[in-house]
Amino acid sequence: MSDANSDDDWPPQIERRDFLFVSTGMMAAVGTAVAVWPFIDAMNPSADVQALATTEVDLEPIAAGQRITVIWRSQPVFIERRTPEQVAQAKADDDSPDLIDPATDASRVKSEEWLVVVGVCTHLGCVPLGQREGDERGEWGGWFCPCHGSHYDTSGRIRRGPAPRNLVVPPYELRDDGTVLIG
Amino acid sequence: MSKLEHHGTYTPTSGVGKWIDARMPLPRLMYDSFVAYPVPRNLNYAYTFGGILSIFLVIQIVTGIVLAMHYVPDATKAFDSVEHIMRDVNSGWLMRYMHQNGAHFFFLAVYLHIFRGLYYGSYKAPRELLWILGCIIYLLMMATAFMGYVLPWGQMSFWGATVITGFFTAFPVIGVPIQELLLGGFAVGDPTLNRFFSLHYLLPFMIAGVVILHVWALHVTGQTNPTGIEVKSKTDTVPFTPYATIKDAFALILFLALYAYFVFYMPNFLGHADNYIPADPMVTPAHIVPEWYFLPFYAILRAITFDIGPITAKLGGVIAMFSAVLVLFVVPWLDTSKVRSAVYRPWYKLAFWLFVINSVFLGWLGSQPAEGVYVALAQLSTAIYFGFFLIVMPVLGLVEKPRRLPNSITEAVLERSAKTGGGSPQLGDATASADKS
Ligand code: HEM
Ligand code: FES
Repeated sequence: MSDANSDDDWPPQIERRDFLFVSTGMMAAVGTAVAVWPFIDAMNPSADVQALATTEVDLEPIAAGQRITVIWRSQPVFIERRTPEQVAQAKADDDSPDLIDPATDASRVKSEEWLVVVGVCTHLGCVPLGQREGDERGEWGGWFCPCHGSHYDTSGRIRRGPAPRNLVVPPYELRDDGTVLIG
Repeated sequence: MSKLEHHGTYTPTSGVGKWIDARMPLPRLMYDSFVAYPVPRNLNYAYTFGGILSIFLVIQIVTGIVLAMHYVPDATKAFDSVEHIMRDVNSGWLMRYMHQNGAHFFFLAVYLHIFRGLYYGSYKAPRELLWILGCIIYLLMMATAFMGYVLPWGQMSFWGATVITGFFTAFPVIGVPIQELLLGGFAVGDPTLNRFFSLHYLLPFMIAGVVILHVWALHVTGQTNPTGIEVKSKTDTVPFTPYATIKDAFALILFLALYAYFVFYMPNFLGHADNYIPADPMVTPAHIVPEWYFLPFYAILRAITFDIGPITAKLGGVIAMFSAVLVLFVVPWLDTSKVRSAVYRPWYKLAFWLFVINSVFLGWLGSQPAEGVYVALAQLSTAIYFGFFLIVMPVLGLVEKPRRLPNSITEAVLERSAKTGGGSPQLGDATASADKS
């Protein structure tokens, strides 16, 4: 090894030792990543949290114009039996220029009568007002988020305020026996 | 760096002292750091908040450990366990009120400490690392206080946690998975509460670790002082004990008296009544307002109401808010002035006080609803906040004409006491300082 610095050695050769260094380093990096992952993954939603991920609701008792709140994945879901006027208004606004996240009403429902949306403001996650009698419903008659002032229309679309997206439509299925299965 | 060799003055007298000193000289380290350690002779009360902060870290840890003996981190029991602490546990009310108000006073002290640094240019070379370690402590404090506030599981706890973790959903694609990773669920719930308790217990000890590094860095470079001139000779300094110890102790007592007034006479003044309503995941309170120490950043978050190219208003708000904290880290490189202290920088002094007023104003805006004129004012105030760091600091350093600097700390002190006719002139020292090393 005494000739390591001698001029004959220049340019330095790639030796077996370099290869061993690099491959050991790479194995150590991959090994560390593999070892760290379970610690991070342990923070993800656990199996029992995931297991509660569907909710079944009976729609029979809901009258036209009535809104109910059900819980799905520990979040509120708004179900509304819309009146023909509300549907007409939602459809009329389909090409309105003030839609922040443009979508047609038809693309947001499975049956015109039933609107099913996650009741979580797409801004920072507050529950918008409008479910209870006498609640403020915002300028478009849908929902109003008091946290930072987002207005949603009768299709759950964002019309004004800081929220970037329409209220999320969860995956759901309207069944023949008059129930809805969310999730 | 430090001009004065201050090691080796420790001489253990007892046999045990000598025995320890030869094996692990911890008493020597303590003596050299907190007794014989030389500090500039002209430190004023703005320099006492470091000591106050260390005491508050201890108060938070001690009261917190007692609270943790009675607190139950379970979504169905947490609220009741805090009420149990308040009503049934011996002195439980005192532990909780000390902890709750301790957090407020901890932040009050850290803000005064940071403003002191900005005024006297404490972040300038060679103290950049010292400053950055302080910024890290501040970040850790914010994380700790945020997670602590979730623990009592009231309405503000729950919705504060929802809104703050909601920030992450602003990032495209990775946002929602990150939020679910943080929450351990699809919304704030039991898993969130449990992990927040675990981290709320851990982070203060990490803060303690960084505080040790902060003090280490401080003792390498030495303290700044109101003149901003480095220590040049022994006459510029006094030993830490008794001079700084007594001054720190006096300031601490005044600060603790104010703290005690809050703890005993108005313990809930700084809190929110809504946090005495148990968390309800189905109902958001009409006004979600964070604790006062987060308000300026909350105002900045809400000030961005417009999209910037592909960046939505929501993402823009989150970026602006984080930048408002992170900009502190690069302050040492933003300030181009060769003069350290605002005392000799007339324009910077003015800009600094405007910045302080603007910060308080931002905080007030954060407590108001985000509507109408408040939005425009918050945008203006946010612009001033960033303008101070990104425009005023670099530009002023180049164009400002500083006042004449004294040759040494001692000269500055003597000039002043000659003018006011007060203090002890210490003539012998004055001549010694004439040798400008
Ligand atoms: C950097 C230091 C710390 C800060 C800034 C801090 C801050 C806070 C805050 C703001 C709260 C909410 C108080 C309320 O509104 O009721 C809280 C609660 C709590 N903290 Fe800490 N804390 C610190 C250290 C600790 C430590 C070391 C422990 C020890 C385990 C601890 C244990 C608790 C417990 C059990 C609660 C829930 C009981 C309650 O709400 O009063 N804290 N903390
Ligand atoms: S969370 Fe709804 S507007 Fe901000």
